[in-house]
Amino acid sequence: MRGMIATLAKRVSGAALAGLMMAGAATAQEDTIKVGILHSLSGTMAISETTLKDVMLMLVEQQNAKGGLLGKKLEAVVVDPASDWPLFAEKARELISVNGVSAVFGCWTSVSRKSVLPVFEELNSILFYPVQYEGEESQRNVFYTGAAPNQQAIPAVDYLMNEEGVERWVLAGTDYVYPRTTNKILEAYLESKGVAAEDIMINYTPFGHSDWQTIVSDIKTFGSAGKKTAVVSTINGDANVPFYKELGNQGVKAEDIPVVAFSVGEEELAGLDTAPLVGHLTAWNYFQSVDTPENAEFIAAWKEFTKNPDRVTNDPMEAHYIGFNMWVKAVEKAGTTDSDAVIDAMIGVSVPNLTGGYSAMMPNHHITKPVLIGEIQADGQMETVWETTGLVVGDEWSDYLPDSKDLIADWRAPMSCGNFNVATGKCGGKGVN
Amino acid sequence: MTVLRVLFVLVGLALSGAASAQVDDEAIRATIARFADSKNFRETEEIVRDLAATGDVRVERPLSALSDGNLSFRKSDRQVFIAPERGQTATLFDPLTGEAAGEAPKGDFTKVKVNNSLRRTIRDVISGLTLASPDPVVRLAAARTMFIAPDAANLEALDAAIAAETVTSVKISLEAARASTILVSDAPDAAKFDAIALLGQRGDRETLSLLTGFAARSQGDLQAAAQRAIDTIGKSLALWDIGQNIWYGISLGSVLLLAAIGLAITFGVMGVINMAHGEMVMIGAYTTFVVQSVIRSSFPGLFDWSLTIALPLAFLVAGAVGLALERGVIRFLYGRPLETLLATWGVSLILQQAVRTIFGPTNQEVGNPSWMSGGFQIGQLALTWNRLWIVVFALAVFGLLLYIFKRTAWGLQMRAVTANRRMASSMGIRTPWVDAFTFALGSGIAGIAGVALSQIDNVSPNLGQGYIIDSFMVVVFGGVGNLWGTLVGAFSLGIVNKFLEPYAGAVLGKILVLVLIILFIQKRPRGLFALKGRSVEA
Repeated sequence: MRGMIATLAKRVSGAALAGLMMAGAATAQEDTIKVGILHSLSGTMAISETTLKDVMLMLVEQQNAKGGLLGKKLEAVVVDPASDWPLFAEKARELISVNGVSAVFGCWTSVSRKSVLPVFEELNSILFYPVQYEGEESQRNVFYTGAAPNQQAIPAVDYLMNEEGVERWVLAGTDYVYPRTTNKILEAYLESKGVAAEDIMINYTPFGHSDWQTIVSDIKTFGSAGKKTAVVSTINGDANVPFYKELGNQGVKAEDIPVVAFSVGEEELAGLDTAPLVGHLTAWNYFQSVDTPENAEFIAAWKEFTKNPDRVTNDPMEAHYIGFNMWVKAVEKAGTTDSDAVIDAMIGVSVPNLTGGYSAMMPNHHITKPVLIGEIQADGQMETVWETTGLVVGDEWSDYLPDSKDLIADWRAPMSCGNFNVATGKCGGKGVN
Repeated sequence: MTVLRVLFVLVGLALSGAASAQVDDEAIRATIARFADSKNFRETEEIVRDLAATGDVRVERPLSALSDGNLSFRKSDRQVFIAPERGQTATLFDPLTGEAAGEAPKGDFTKVKVNNSLRRTIRDVISGLTLASPDPVVRLAAARTMFIAPDAANLEALDAAIAAETVTSVKISLEAARASTILVSDAPDAAKFDAIALLGQRGDRETLSLLTGFAARSQGDLQAAAQRAIDTIGKSLALWDIGQNIWYGISLGSVLLLAAIGLAITFGVMGVINMAHGEMVMIGAYTTFVVQSVIRSSFPGLFDWSLTIALPLAFLVAGAVGLALERGVIRFLYGRPLETLLATWGVSLILQQAVRTIFGPTNQEVGNPSWMSGGFQIGQLALTWNRLWIVVFALAVFGLLLYIFKRTAWGLQMRAVTANRRMASSMGIRTPWVDAFTFALGSGIAGIAGVALSQIDNVSPNLGQGYIIDSFMVVVFGGVGNLWGTLVGAFSLGIVNKFLEPYAGAVLGKILVLVLIILFIQKRPRGLFALKGRSVEA
């Protein structure tokens, strides 16, 4: 009996080995360009990141249908960092050193991005980061295709101030780096606009907070001081659904106290009955409802790819769409997938975005985007009620924080610096570099 | 002859009346048609004001439709309709008369865009138009709007409405609206003092908001009077706030109780450290989702019953999973707490990923039935229906469990097995099956907790994780093995948490509660209601 098992085991492993070798030979023959996808497929962040993995697979498939890149086929390599921040760094290393990918598209939370930064620097690879974030960073190996605070938070506050006449502000957020930094910038910005300190209320809640009764009633109390009040929400992820449910149940109407959210997209609203939320606002650089031929084509392709007519599209998906097309263009321009050549070729590359314009990669590794303010509709979509007339350049170092107002980033040849201090004329100051 | 003449005059009158209505209709229709050509919100707002200026009550229909986002125009001939959409088709109604005008594909229409400030304008002008409506509910709504958003131009209309009003409650609202309007008008100071006195008696938040705004604008005696009223209202609101906090605490406590009560059986009574407990809650929530999807697609009329239907199903599904878990894993690990902990932790991960694979990682929409939406006021106490029902439900589940434990043969067997397994076995109780069904009962209860929690939280694969720590906290704090302990533990933790939150903030509040529990456990390792007797030692 034991002997039989042993032979069986030998046979199986032998077959597996042969299979592996054959697979190796097959890839060697085809010689593909590999693209790494570093998004959590399990754990807390899977809710947001799985979609981004799917959209990358779709983009790779589309590019291959167009004939690939530099005469080679693209091959997507998917890994699962499981919402575990140190694991992001390990998986990034695996993608670059073991799988030999040419570029990585990935990360969602700022903490996961911070965890992979040293890996990309050390192994000199390229990361495309597709999510709106707090800024205060510019790294040579990273291209930030999501919004910086001046492409989302500040225009949203301007809109509320000018169009809705808001004078009193609640800054509510989840307790981690993105909301804290964004709120610091917003607080400085509001104070520069003459808003008194007692007209700003700042509130933080833990991740996944589900009991919003006290906070919503605090917001109501804060709003009853005879001045128009609005809530600026950097509440992230799962906590949004119970927050909006509580708002609806306690009868906080958008006409009275509007809530503008920076982390709530079509995807988050999919789990919610939005009828009581009509009129609350979101600020993004893309909405599924945007009426352009490019967007219609993208949505149709997405529904076709996922084989689900109910799937929605959102802003970070558009960021990957832009980032991927920029990378393709830069590789074609450089004629190679070599990191240094592509990083240099990236700056100045301009590709169509889904809102009917062209987004360009700037020397600070951030891109130009339009800013859209949308109101939530009863069908869970956003309707654009305001947009910037032109494109806004992402500002990596906020002008409203004393630490960073003198810093700029420019990765073009002579300067090549992520945190150049214009006051002292030296590269280096605050930051990761 | 006379009869004929009278008839003639009547017909003539009717005709002329019809003719003038016709002219009005034409004018209003022409104004409504301009919505199709509006380029921005400012132009739309002008049209809204023009419509309101006609003074015709019928314009309320197109204005409400616009506010609800239901006003659209046909792309081909730019004719404006009220066109609520369902799926890919839009049902058409005449914007003025509301007569049905057939159906058409949604793609043929463009919606007239609306934003918050337009909605506010519409709300204000509609209140002006409907102040004289025959329906007291509509009049009440109009009065409330005028109270919150006072406009000095409404003063005369309000005076007339108050004089004509017969329903007392509406009259009170109208008088409040008049008072708030006087504060923004240039009425003499004496009238303003009266208004402040009248508003001071109301004592709600909106009044506070109005008076604070007024105090900031005014000077001298008026400001002092307003400030006095503000202080009085502030004091009474502070008292109400304590009541409100207690209610929030009870409500949070009921959620904790629901989450923990299943664990009080599997961990409390059986002593199994069940890390997969949260996933039983999640399975219950997903059962609700499946039930609602089936109802939505096949029996839309039954939607208000969806939770009632989901309850027994969630109990069965989660109970069956629990049974399988006990038979398949846990029974081999009795008496080895560390291994049980690790094994159930693994099971919880497997269950999460299984749900993620089947239903996808995103949130699933579970709707509130109509009887669980919205809220109501008792004095200044705001209660929401979903929270109220969850409190009732949690207590009912608790009562049911208590009954099973104390009054049924099965309950007796469960208690016997926990108290002394060998003795129970000698008495002819099949202890393995009692174990299995006790575990299944605990899991099933967690499942029906999931039905309730689906109403206030995300239905996502992570649902259970958020509750597992809290559940253990409640059971340990209340005293392992004691259902009453779980009840008291849940409500006291809920109330303490809610009283800490306003002062310490949500993050620090949570930390403080944890620290308090750790200190408490140091003092009383067996929790609030410790079991006494020999079973403790066993």
